[in-house]
Formats: sequence, C-alpha cells, structure tokens
Amino acid sequence: MTTPNQSGWRPTLTLDRRAGGTTTTGNKALMLEEPLIFEIGNCETAGVDLPEPSGTKDRLGGFARKEQIGLPGLSEPETVRHYTRLSRQNYAIDLGLFPLGSCTMKHNPRLNEKIARMPGFADVHPLQPVDTVQGALGVINELAQWLIKLTGMHGVAMTPKAGAHGELCGILCIRAALEAKGDAREVILVPESAHGTNPATAAFAGYRVENIPATPAGRVDVAALKARLGPDVAGVMITNPNTCGLFEPDLKEISDAVHAAGGYVYCDGANFNAIVGRVRPGDLGVDAMHINLHKTFSTPHGGGGPGSGPVVLSEALCPYGPLPFSELHADGTLSLVEEETAGERHPHSFGRMSAFHGQMGMFTRALAYILSHGSDGLRQVAGDAVLNANYVLRACEDVLDAPFASSGPCMHEALFSDKGFAEGMTTLDLAKGMIDEGYHPMTMYFPLVVHGAMLVEPTETESKAGLDQFIAALRSLAERARAGDESLKVAPIHAPRRRLDETLAARKPVLAWHEPSPAAGIPTLSEQGGS
Amino acid sequence: MRYLPLTDTDREAMLGVIGAPTIDALFTDVPSDLYLDGPIDGLPLHASEMAVEKHMRHLSKKNLAAADAAFFLGAGAYRHHVPATVDHLIQRGEFLTAYTPYQPEIAQGTLQMLFEFQTQVAKLYGCAVANASMYDGSTACWEAVAMAGRVTKKKRVVLSGALHPHYAETVKTMARFTEDEIADALPSLTPQPDNAGLIARIDEQTSCVVVQYPDILGRIPDLAELAEAAHAKGALLIAVNTEPVALGAIKSPGEQGADIVVGEGQSIGVGLQFGGPYLGLFAVRDPKHVRQMPGRLCGETVDAEGKRGFVLTLSTREQHIRREKATSNICTNSGLCALAFSIHLTLLGEKGLRALAAENHRLACIAADRLAKVPGAKVLNDTFFNEFTVLLPKDAREIVRALAHDSVLAGVSLGRLFPTVDALSGGLVVAVTETTTEEDIETLGNALEEVLA
Repeated sequence: MTTPNQSGWRPTLTLDRRAGGTTTTGNKALMLEEPLIFEIGNCETAGVDLPEPSGTKDRLGGFARKEQIGLPGLSEPETVRHYTRLSRQNYAIDLGLFPLGSCTMKHNPRLNEKIARMPGFADVHPLQPVDTVQGALGVINELAQWLIKLTGMHGVAMTPKAGAHGELCGILCIRAALEAKGDAREVILVPESAHGTNPATAAFAGYRVENIPATPAGRVDVAALKARLGPDVAGVMITNPNTCGLFEPDLKEISDAVHAAGGYVYCDGANFNAIVGRVRPGDLGVDAMHINLHKTFSTPHGGGGPGSGPVVLSEALCPYGPLPFSELHADGTLSLVEEETAGERHPHSFGRMSAFHGQMGMFTRALAYILSHGSDGLRQVAGDAVLNANYVLRACEDVLDAPFASSGPCMHEALFSDKGFAEGMTTLDLAKGMIDEGYHPMTMYFPLVVHGAMLVEPTETESKAGLDQFIAALRSLAERARAGDESLKVAPIHAPRRRLDETLAARKPVLAWHEPSPAAGIPTLSEQGGS
Repeated sequence: MRYLPLTDTDREAMLGVIGAPTIDALFTDVPSDLYLDGPIDGLPLHASEMAVEKHMRHLSKKNLAAADAAFFLGAGAYRHHVPATVDHLIQRGEFLTAYTPYQPEIAQGTLQMLFEFQTQVAKLYGCAVANASMYDGSTACWEAVAMAGRVTKKKRVVLSGALHPHYAETVKTMARFTEDEIADALPSLTPQPDNAGLIARIDEQTSCVVVQYPDILGRIPDLAELAEAAHAKGALLIAVNTEPVALGAIKSPGEQGADIVVGEGQSIGVGLQFGGPYLGLFAVRDPKHVRQMPGRLCGETVDAEGKRGFVLTLSTREQHIRREKATSNICTNSGLCALAFSIHLTLLGEKGLRALAAENHRLACIAADRLAKVPGAKVLNDTFFNEFTVLLPKDAREIVRALAHDSVLAGVSLGRLFPTVDALSGGLVVAVTETTTEEDIETLGNALEEVLA
C-alpha cells in the first residue's frame, strides 16, 4: 500500500477504465473526436464582424436569393478549435518521413511561405497594367531562366497548373507542331512503367494510346519501341527516371529514333529531383518535359494541391507554347505576350489553357527554394536523394524482395515487392503496419510491372539517424509479413481510425452532409430562419 | 545547404553500406559524356536565408500591391478581406505539408475538411454533389464542357458571348483536340444579357450551353429561361460563376435548373496572388451524373469499429485506375485553397455571407451612381452584383494605363480581354468589394473626370 502524497495522488490506484477503453465524450486525451461544422454550427453565428444592414434598393433584377442556403457559421474561437482538432488527425511531412515513391514529399521551408505572402506577390491582380507588376513578371522570368538552364532546353511554358496539366500542355505542343506541318498522326506510345496520367493525357488530347512493354530489368524495351515507330506515331511519353526507380540509359538513343521517325519525345519530369544538376534532359533529346515544382523545388502539397507544372520545350516546340508568356527585353523590362500581342510575337501558339498566368504563389516559393540551394545545392539535392534511396534499398534487400536491385543503383526511390510474404499477407498489411510505427506508408501497388509493389522515396531532407529508425521499422514489418503475423491484418490500431470500409463508400456514395431527422427541441439548419 | 541534413561523415558511412566509392558512382546509368560533374555555369551558388529574403523583397517591391492603390479590378479575380484566422490555420503543418489523403486512417483531417467543403459548395451552388476542387475556374469550365459531351454524346458547344474570354479561350484550345465544335459569339453591349440570341443558337446537336452568372460585363442572366431552352433540345446548361460572394445575394444556379455549375472560388479565402493558385469549384445538380464527373471525391463511410470516417471514393473514374478511359487526366486538386475557402466560409456562415454580399452590392451601387455622373461615361448595366461595365468615349486601355501612374487601378478594360474587337474598346469593367472605401470611389470618379476632360 502506497502512502498518498500531499496532493492525494496515489500512483498505484487501479484505473477506472470503462469497458473497451471508451470515454463519455469519444475523446481520448489528446486524440480528439470532432463533429462536422454542420453539426456544431448554425445559421445565426458568424466569426467575422459584419456591416450593418443597408436597406438600400437592390439592382439584382429579381434574382435576389430568398431561400436559405444552409451554411453553418462558427465563431472565431470555435473555428480555430475545429480546424486545429482536424489538423491533428493528419499525418504530414512536418511530423515525419513520408516515403511516397514518385510523389516526393520533402521538407517545406517556411522562408518560402513568408516570401509568398509579401504583399507585392500575394496582393496583386493578374490583370493589372504590366507596368505595375514588373516584380511578379521578374519572378516568372527568373524562375524560367533557372528551369531552362537546369534542363538544357530552349524555352518554358509557365502556365500549367499541375503535373498532369503540364503533360497536356506538352502533348498539345506536339500536336500543334505536327499540325503546322500538315502531319496528322494518331498514336502516342506509352511504356508500361509510365505514370497513370500519361495515357489519360494522351487520350484527352485526342490520341490513341499504345503500350510499350518493360524489360525484365525494369526499363523500356528499346527494341519493341523502335519496332513500333512509324508515320502514325506522334510521339513517346517516357518517364525518366522511370517509375521502377531506374534511370533510362538509352533515352538519347530512343529520342534519336523517334525524331528520325518524325515524332517527338515527351518526358514525364515528375522525378526530376533525382537528376537535377547531374544531367540535362535537353541533352538526352527530350522535346517537352513538365517539372512538378512542388516536388523538385518543394512547395507544399497542402493535402492534395495546388501543384504547378511548367513545361520546358525544345527549340522545335517552343513556337507552339501556350499564352500568356513573359518576354524579357534588352532594356531589362518585362512584357506579357497575351492574345493582344501574340499575333506579332508568338503567332503559332496553340492558345490559352487556363485563365491568367499560372501558379504564381508556387513560383515565388520555388524560386526562393532554388536560390537558397543554388546550382551547387541543387546538384547535392539529387546526390543526397539518390544516396538515401540506395541506402534504404541495400539495408532492406535481405528481408524485402528488391526486383531490380541487380539492375544497378536505383535513383531517388527504392522498389520492393511482396515476394516472400507468408500466404495471405499483402503489401497493404505491411503498409498499414507502417502507420502504427508512426510513418506514412510508402507508395503501394505502383508501378504495375511489379507484384505487390512498394515504392519508397526517402528524399534528401531525411537524416541518417531518421533513416536508420525507418529502416529498423521496415525490416521488422517485413519479417512479420514473412512470418505471417496475423496482427498485421488488423493494423492500424493506433491511428485516429481503424481500416475504413472503402467498398461501402463506393457502393453507397455519401458525398455531402444531409440533415438527419430533427430531434425534438434542437433547431436544425432549415428550421432556423434565413435572413 | 541548410535543408540537407546529411553530413560528409554520414555520406561516407552510407556509401560504405551501399558499396559505392562516391555519390557520382550512383549515377553510372547516365551516359558519361552527358553527366555534369560540377555546378552549371552561369547559375549562382547557394544563398543564406537573409540574402534570399532580401532579393525576393526587392522583386516584391516592384509591384503595385492592391492595398496601396484605389483598386477596382475584377473580371474573374476579386479582392476581399480574408480574416487572419484563415491564413493562420492553413499554415498548420499538418494541413500545409500533408499529401493527398490516400491513407485515410491518418488523413481524416484533410478528408473531413473536404467532405465539409463539398457540402458547402453543393449548398452554395444549389446542387446535389460537388467534388473536392479543380485547378481553377477556367479549367473547371473546360472539364464541364468535356463532361457534357460524355453525358449527351453530342459535340456542339454553345458559348455565351458574355463568358469570360479566358474561359472561352481555354475551352476552344482544348476542343481543338477533342473535335468538339464551338459556337461562340461576342458580348453585346446591352443593359441586359442577350438570352434570346443565345437560345437561338441552341439546336439538336448541342451538348451544352455555357453561360456566366453574373456575366463578364457584370449583368445577371435569367438562368431558368436558358435551362428550359437547353433542356428542350436535349442539351445541358453549364453555369459559370467567377464571384462566389455573389451567391450570398442572388439565387443559386442549381435551383434555376443549371445541370453543371462550375466556378472560381478564389474570392473566398484565397486572395489575388497574381492569378494563382486559385480554386476550381465543380458541382452537378443531378446525383446520377456523379460517375461522369472529373476530379476527386470524398465520401463518408465507417471504420472497422463502426466509427464514422471519410475516404476518397469513386476513384474508378480517375486516371490512375482507368488510364486512357478516365473521365479526365486531372490528377490533383487545390486542397489547400479548398481548406482556405472552407474556413473562410465557416467563419462567415449563412449570416456572414449574406451580410458580406449585401455590403458588396451596396458599395457597387454607390460606385455605379458616382461613375454615371462622370461626363462622357455611361453605366451599361441594368443588373449587377459587385461588378459593372462603364462605357467610356475613348480606349479604356489607355485610361487604365494612365490612371495606374497615380495609383488608381481603375478596372479591367474590355480591350485587354477582347483585343480584336474595336467596338468593345471603350468598355471598362469595374469591380467593388467590401475592401473598397467610399473615398476610393470618389478618387476613381475624380480621376476619370480629369482624364476625360
């Protein structure tokens, strides 16, 4: 029997634990449940100070809204608490390693956030007179110069709003160039290991997609690709480094063959972070390549976006790039080529692919990141990213099958498969086990060329000590999967939610909140008066 | 190099584990004649935090910020006050630096937010289902046109002349490659939108009619009449809204019969940012059209313990599953912008949005009355929300450039938006929001009087 201390606290008291570890509130200490805004808000509360009603006659022409919209409001403190509580249900790069192969999650410097919020960038309208936005155009121009020099290309289309939008831009440039020659071609070749967006993009741009197989070593089957080239092939969409985490050493040879057959080479540049400062895609014969600024130059993913996908272009494709683009003059001033002036200065442009000038807020962040690293630092970025990936590959290949480990060094990501797992144990189980270990899982079941694929990309912003801990966790999970440890089948058990029923979500889609039947005495959103 | 944690000692130790002599040796697959063995010539070396900030501040100062001017620009991007709470919350690392919520057990924060966002957008638009956002309003508009083609299996697209010309250009660019036939027109400078002219262009081959609400000149078209005419020919009505604050004052497009409602969400929570990133909104009135929608969708479900949770769903429409048969090649959304929108709209609520809309309209009425008194100027609109068109006796582009020298950003000239149409060159689209003061309005009125004298 322990003697109570002065405050009455007795460390050995039996816990009054409710059945199943549940609590009255549903909260568990720092793990807090949070209702929807529709369940806690109402139509009478606002978290902003409002102007007095004016009562003037409106000029809405009979279209004034009379019905209630049904938008709940929360006061400012309730709003802060709601979203802060929600944020705590999220894994994020600020919390730890995010080893998503091909998605590239690295540290997001806060300097870049500070810069993007400078009033001269954040509080500027896209259609202001050009004289009043010379600094914004300066950012676009300076970033464009870096992208051109780092890739060895001729020009860059800055407007695409994400990687897949950049792919579309590149393919439209190819199509416009061919049309200008009166050469209507119908087919785009896409190797098996390409990103899923590649075939979707080509199809969206009106092309027929044909797949090119991969070799057993995880690279493009060059012979098969060459054999398929012909007068109907508009181009090839290739990913380099590819999605098996390998560099395509024959890209120059492929480019030469495609060009000889009258087509163009699109390179998916999602993985440019692995080679930046080490080799220039222009030297490999690439005609167009998008660069995911958020990946290579670290702008935040924000839970899914926004992205930014400028497209560097070869001399052959430059004239066809989209509007608007910026132009630097001898006197140092910058102008914008829009529809108004395109006829004289950019007559072959395929047109506009979105309103305004692109993801300016991403440009400022990316430029700040580039200037911070400099050309020496960017070269080190690729080096450390590749070093970290190979370290993970070699440290785990005895417990996890690494199908292309003998194909040479991997680039920025290491690919494993589920070969060797006990019967019934899957990649999904291992991935969900990672969650309980405090990590976001790696990319699963991609690329498709490997069974039960696990694509691990540590990136260059992880320390050796951090990697060693991750490797220890991965090795232990691999051993459990090989041994058929059934407890992995119910992982995660420590996350805010256990495994979610995705089949139910798809079979009976509930895509918006609907008011439940009103309980007596509690006014629902529709019962509260609208103004 | 402050973002790179590895020390040279670490690198040596790790190379030892790998069995490679140097980092360069890991790049042996790169053809040796093309391998760069040092920093690229002509590019600067790394710089300190202080040096980078100084350089960027220098560039930032070369721009005239809206707050430093009497500011009246709109035409698809609007300056509103964003409460400090919004930016504070979106900078929480767990939101800012999270990835797409593909692992729902540890992404419930983003997923619940998206579910709330989808519901807010659906209610605002008067629709059944909204998606988890698109790149921006213009690309959402194009995706809506493509979707109408899939639903109706028809190829003729009728664009209203008063659709934002950048949106129309985006649709036309994309349609060149999908063989959609675009029937477009120029805006008529009439006090009311030309619904009769638009209806006359709808035929049996029409997949959709695309109309902006309020339109590029600020007028408010009668969507119910257009919906009826479109449906009579088997076409869908696509309503495009570039100013969501307006929907706190005017009827939703969905309740008037629009089938697909798309728009730009930038006004609520996002800020001007010289054109991006912005926030595309996308919703459908009829839930049966969900499987033809582009983009991500978040849905409600339960976990293994029966607790409510959220997941990304219906992904069999998407590119990573269906490859060349996907509904769209879109692979991302504007998650962080959607979060900003949702937080701002939650702070406003029903009451706040209506009050904000009323204030925008009140100030716009004051501005329209003031500018109508400028000798030589004429306000075109009978109807408007917070934006209207002033007809001036000379090229509005010149006037806008001249006034900018005195820190008066007078509006968007129709000449900039429609450079090839001389008849529109006198048009100036003026936008007013709650950030506009009556003093700003007086400044603009006086400046116009001076420049036209």
